[in-house]
Amino acid sequence: MKLTLKVWRQKDRNDEGRFVEYIANEVSPDMSFLEMLDVVNTDLVKKGETPIVFDHDCREGICGSCGMMINGRAHGPGKGIATCQLHMRSFSDGDQIVIEPWRSTAFPVLKDLMVDRTSFDRIMRAGGYTSAKTGGIPDGNSILVPKPVADEAFDAAACIGCGACVAACPNSSAMLFVSAKVSQLALLPQGKAERVERVTRMIAQMDEEKFGSCSNTYACEAECPKQISVTHIARLNREFVAAQF
Amino acid sequence: MSLTGLFLTIFLIEHLIGNLLVLLQDGGAAFETYSEFLTSNPYAYLPLRFVEAILFASIILHAWSGFTVWLKNKRARLTKYKEYGIAENTKFASRWTAGTALLVFLFLVIHLKAFFWNIRLSGEHVSGYTIAHQTFSNPYYTWFYVFSFIVLGYHLYHGFQSAFQTLGLKTKKYSTLIETIAVVFWCIIPLGFALIPIYILFHPTTLALAK
Ligand code: HEM
Ligand code: SF4
Ligand code: FES
Repeated sequence: MKLTLKVWRQKDRNDEGRFVEYIANEVSPDMSFLEMLDVVNTDLVKKGETPIVFDHDCREGICGSCGMMINGRAHGPGKGIATCQLHMRSFSDGDQIVIEPWRSTAFPVLKDLMVDRTSFDRIMRAGGYTSAKTGGIPDGNSILVPKPVADEAFDAAACIGCGACVAACPNSSAMLFVSAKVSQLALLPQGKAERVERVTRMIAQMDEEKFGSCSNTYACEAECPKQISVTHIARLNREFVAAQF
Repeated sequence: MSLTGLFLTIFLIEHLIGNLLVLLQDGGAAFETYSEFLTSNPYAYLPLRFVEAILFASIILHAWSGFTVWLKNKRARLTKYKEYGIAENTKFASRWTAGTALLVFLFLVIHLKAFFWNIRLSGEHVSGYTIAHQTFSNPYYTWFYVFSFIVLGYHLYHGFQSAFQTLGLKTKKYSTLIETIAVVFWCIIPLGFALIPIYILFHPTTLALAK
């Protein structure tokens, strides 16, 4: 396949940035999207140009680092996948692909397609944990958790912190991410102890990081690679209201 | 936004039921009784003015918080995407809440001028029944009203379920119920409102009866 890429290039935080066109001549439909970028980068290196910088690590959809906007969609077309799980067979010969970094005030661009997502880390630091000492390994059934509750908590825990929810949201809101992190703990007995402080501090940090406010468009759920449901946002809102009393 | 919004939808239901009295073929008697009750019943006077004050405060608060959230969200993404596939991920009503809100607000200004001002503040004693017939025998008014109700429908279609989500009540169990009611708001309420100007436009004779 032959593809035309329009890629956002930006030297550093302060650079204005611009789109640069590249032709990818020999793309196999079996390549992943990141492998396709690797091939383009190899050509750039051979020509003595700076390769396109993008975040990546696991390349199997579990680390959450590979986010980018592909033809206006977070992690590209398709549901429930990260960019590293997107295959070139989703495109056809002759296609033009526009590749941009996540755009949000809370995710400043560092270079090309790589953004600074430490705002998420700071939200986690504000309350995304339990501080209780856990002691030794408890007996398997010493704390009873009903299966549906455990499943719901596990679904929330699937969040990989990729930031696609923020990128896809017209308001750059981080509610889906924060709701997943609050839910996974609020549902379980171990997390319930600190639920009030947790939700209060995580929401305060989220606002401080200049994420937008949720207007319930549900674009986040549609683009989340882990298909985190917006019912977690309803739970986050419940936790937040309950914390006021 | 959610609390004021829900309060305003409750007002809309009451307003629709009351206004449908205009359509009764009784020369305006029933609507007049309803109007009298709203404006001059001695027992209901103070409570109603109190509710009215809450109503106007809700409208202003709802619009103001909508505006500030909109502004905050503009600042949350200063560089726009070149390609942005939001249309593939969201419903029309959800993407355009701010736009539909602006149009509903414009409608409200015109509507309050035509009805509330003339009936309550202008000092002349005119009945709502007469004003409704005068206003809606003008096709421009009628179609502007009908257009506004369609826009209002979209605003409510998003807003109704959104309020429950914000309050944390849109759980898995109630999600379908809430969305179904949202569809009802989307069509039945605007349809009910639209009946009034359309009926009057095509039955101008009822005005003669009123005199
Ligand atoms: C065909 C449809 C409608 C008719 C015939 C109508 C008629 C009226 C009348 C007669 C009044 C004056 C009531 C009084 O003070 O005695 C009024 C007030 C008002 N209307 Fe409507 N209306 C319609 C639709 C709407 C809609 C769709 C909205 C909201 C988006 C709305 C919002 C209001 C408000 C806020 C007031 C002031 C409430 C008060 O303090 O009385 N109306 N309308
Ligand atoms: S909620 Fe989904 S889209 Fe958002 S950070 Fe977590 S995995 Fe990514
Ligand atoms: S590289 Fe780890 S999720 Fe894509």
